Amino acid sequence: MFAFLLTRIFRALLTIVLVVTFAFVVLRMSGDPAQIIMGPDAPPEAIAAFRKNWGLDDPIWLQYLHYFGAILQGDLGISMRDGQSAVELVAERIPATLQLTIPALILKLALGIPAGIYAALHRNSLIDRMVMAGAIAGFTMPSFVLGLILVLIFSVTLGWLPSGGQDSWTHAVLPILTMSIGGAGILARFSRSAMIEVLGQPYIRTASAKGVAWARVVRGHALPNAAIPVVTIVGFMVGSLVAGAVVVESVFSWPGVGRLLVVSVANRDLAIVQCIILLIAATMVVSNFVVDILYGFLDPRLRSNQAKA
Amino acid sequence: MNSTLLAAENLVKTYTSRRGPFSPASTVRAVDGISLSLARAKTLGIVGESGSGKSTTGRLVLGLEQPTAGKVSFDGTRMPREKTAEWRGLRARMQLVYQDPLAALDRRLTIGVQIGEPLEIHAIGTGEERKERVIALLKAVGLRADQADRYPHELSGGQRQRVVIARAIACEPELLVCDEPVSALDVSIQAQVVNLLRDLQEERGIAMIFISHDLKVVRNISDRVAVMYLGRIVEEASSDEIFREPLHPYTQALVSSVPVPGTPLKQRIILQGEPPNPAARPTGCAFHPRCRHGNARCRGETPELLPIDRDHSVACHLVASDAPAGRMM
Amino acid sequence: MEDHMPLVDIRDLKVAFDGVQVLHGVDLTIEKGEAVGLVGESGCGKSVTWLAALGLLPKKATISGQVMLGRDDLVIASQRQLESVRGRRIAMIFQDPSSSLNPVIRVGRQIEEAIGLHRGLTGKAARAEAKRLLELVEIPDAGRRLDNYPHEFSGGQNQRAMIAMALAGNPDILIADEPTTALDATIQAQILDLLARLRAEAGMAVVFISHDLGAVSEICERVCVMYAGRIVERCPTAALFRSPRHPYTRGLFGAIPRLDAGRERLKPVEGTVPEPGKMPRGCAFSPRCGRATEKCRTSLPILSRLEEDCDVACFHPVLEDAPRHSSRKSAEALSMLELI
Repeated sequence: MFAFLLTRIFRALLTIVLVVTFAFVVLRMSGDPAQIIMGPDAPPEAIAAFRKNWGLDDPIWLQYLHYFGAILQGDLGISMRDGQSAVELVAERIPATLQLTIPALILKLALGIPAGIYAALHRNSLIDRMVMAGAIAGFTMPSFVLGLILVLIFSVTLGWLPSGGQDSWTHAVLPILTMSIGGAGILARFSRSAMIEVLGQPYIRTASAKGVAWARVVRGHALPNAAIPVVTIVGFMVGSLVAGAVVVESVFSWPGVGRLLVVSVANRDLAIVQCIILLIAATMVVSNFVVDILYGFLDPRLRSNQAKA
Repeated sequence: MNSTLLAAENLVKTYTSRRGPFSPASTVRAVDGISLSLARAKTLGIVGESGSGKSTTGRLVLGLEQPTAGKVSFDGTRMPREKTAEWRGLRARMQLVYQDPLAALDRRLTIGVQIGEPLEIHAIGTGEERKERVIALLKAVGLRADQADRYPHELSGGQRQRVVIARAIACEPELLVCDEPVSALDVSIQAQVVNLLRDLQEERGIAMIFISHDLKVVRNISDRVAVMYLGRIVEEASSDEIFREPLHPYTQALVSSVPVPGTPLKQRIILQGEPPNPAARPTGCAFHPRCRHGNARCRGETPELLPIDRDHSVACHLVASDAPAGRMM
Repeated sequence: MEDHMPLVDIRDLKVAFDGVQVLHGVDLTIEKGEAVGLVGESGCGKSVTWLAALGLLPKKATISGQVMLGRDDLVIASQRQLESVRGRRIAMIFQDPSSSLNPVIRVGRQIEEAIGLHRGLTGKAARAEAKRLLELVEIPDAGRRLDNYPHEFSGGQNQRAMIAMALAGNPDILIADEPTTALDATIQAQILDLLARLRAEAGMAVVFISHDLGAVSEICERVCVMYAGRIVERCPTAALFRSPRHPYTRGLFGAIPRLDAGRERLKPVEGTVPEPGKMPRGCAFSPRCGRATEKCRTSLPILSRLEEDCDVACFHPVLEDAPRHSSRKSAEALSMLELI
């Protein structure tokens, strides 16, 4: 078990390092922050001074070493724009994002999983077909399109809900809905296929053959097995709680982490972009880790593998 | 010409698995010192339960896996290193047929194309000649020429296994290793395929290694039979003799476990316990925990496979080589 | 005659999947405490018969006919009625024991569930009973093994656990659907032995479904041979092996190699089993039968009495006896060893 944990932690750290490195390289190769931040009319001397000031005239490997050394000391840098600490800037946006993503996650689970299970239990029925058509429509539609459609219906036409901003809870309704529908569709499809697969297994027939009532077969024998693949998807959704709302936050001008990311990328505000990417990688890795532990909890076959490793 | 086609000496295959960089490695001896030889145009049956190493043995003698120790010689020369040109050249001379014909065939290609493929790979004949060969092969395995354009899913399980056999014999191999070739087939079809293999052997002089857990089929098809238990051969003799007078207690139990049609449950040897895990091999004779006759020597000392008489070898401390065959001390 | 009631009386049972008929009218009675074998190749309907009887087939199956258990017809029974029959009156075990137990539930818990359903025991009492059942099926160290998961059991042990679970409700009949097919030879022998012993002790009837004539003959008094969704021959085991009357049964015997015979060529049944939905007219076996005549190809033979206790569905049954096989020398050698 100890070796298993050690291996996992090692892999998690490696993943984070790789992601951060990749982001670092790509950001530096895709545009000059000095030019963008100082504006097109800035005199060349000012730009050169800016570069020197931020260490942008060093070779890229040296910049990378500086950056990495700073991370190891817990320093994630400051915004090139206004000199504020990157960590603080990002941290103050997190609650706003969570206000959207946590209710959205709950809604996805509450809609998607029961719908998928119901569809699996009534396979090929009218309701199954409707659920699946809805699910496919839900997750194939890009969220900016879906967001705009919802705005068109509920804000422009009906005038029930505001189309942007963060002033009251009514402002959160449309972004949450936009985020939930796609995820609910994915979950519905996944739970349905997981459930259908499990219902075809011989042990389900065994449970019926020994006289267990069907409702109890579903609850006691099928669900615990079907949960195993669904947990992967849920883990992914949990992993994107912090940064999963980039598009929706932009559409509804919601001041969360996602919007900060979009703005910072446009501005080449390197420290902030890197800080957010580090945050995304870390939450993904942590949620993946939790999923793995949960797997062991749900599936005794994996548990004994983990114990052996 | 030497009549021995295939010889294996002291083959050992161990698998090492490691679950992660921080975990201890575990080693399993799947095959643990096997020697066997096979004459041209003869059939050696290998029987054993799951985990006995019989399939690994088949892959080792084909050179599809590299032995950890020991050597394989084919037609008097040592098996060349894997993936070399000589090794590839040998592929045409030895072929493998295994249990699941659907998995062995590509579902997107017609069976005619698949049977002709080895001819193409080994550059045998012109395009026209290959077509004729495919037709001849189809007929040889009891299929019709017009079935060349069919896809695997359009055939029954027995017909698919015929296709696999046709492909295996396309390059006129000298050795055919059949790993449970009829286990997935219904009894009435099983007999068709067994007869086909026997006919092909007779016509073409192919030597066969026939690996199966089904003693009845092995009895019918094999000249000689080797019984494996946990990576070792525990008894080897002619098919007639080994089933008439099994000497090793494990072979006796195996033979006795085969239901004989028409006889009610009789006095049979029911072994206690399960075949042990190859990763946790018992000391001494691997069979001793399940053996009725086991004693202190069996627990401590591994018995060698020794000839009892000219044609019959047994690895058991309790079968005395000087006593008349069939008697135990 | 009228006061006699068999345990189970199946009459003209038919099953179709999505309109394709796979079972063409099966008649079968099971008496109290008897062991009946159902033999045939894959797709002949031997398993479907009992899955249909217990309502365990998928929804796309349409079932007609009668399955009388006492005075109740299971074909028209409600889901609730069926649930009270399953496991309590008729228990069933399956071919692949390792996937027939729920992988995420402890073995003991799965047995206790059956005990709770049929005997109303819970908690400590259920656990004690589960332990007793595991001991009954000869699993060593039963108390501790209750807490294992199925993947920690071997295939043979899983089948034993399945049998323990089936015994939990003290059923009148145990349907064993290819219970030894997926197991190694020496383990097969153990399980057959166990089934025979439990049947003798519990006095329950056993229906043994198998493709293996040899295995069936070891524990059954009566055998039904099925082909393409029908019973084609039905008689006592000894008579069947002495003189199989249906050409298909005879063909099966010729096709199975024998351990006590030499290396003589096998006599296969040529051709293949007809696909469901593409049944030939008349007798389904006629395209593969050497004895078939015009009559066989146009009209359907009905299962009817040929001689004492022997029913055959054939216009031209084989009347001469099967050739006797030489006595079994290895059996003698074995019994000699037994004496040492």
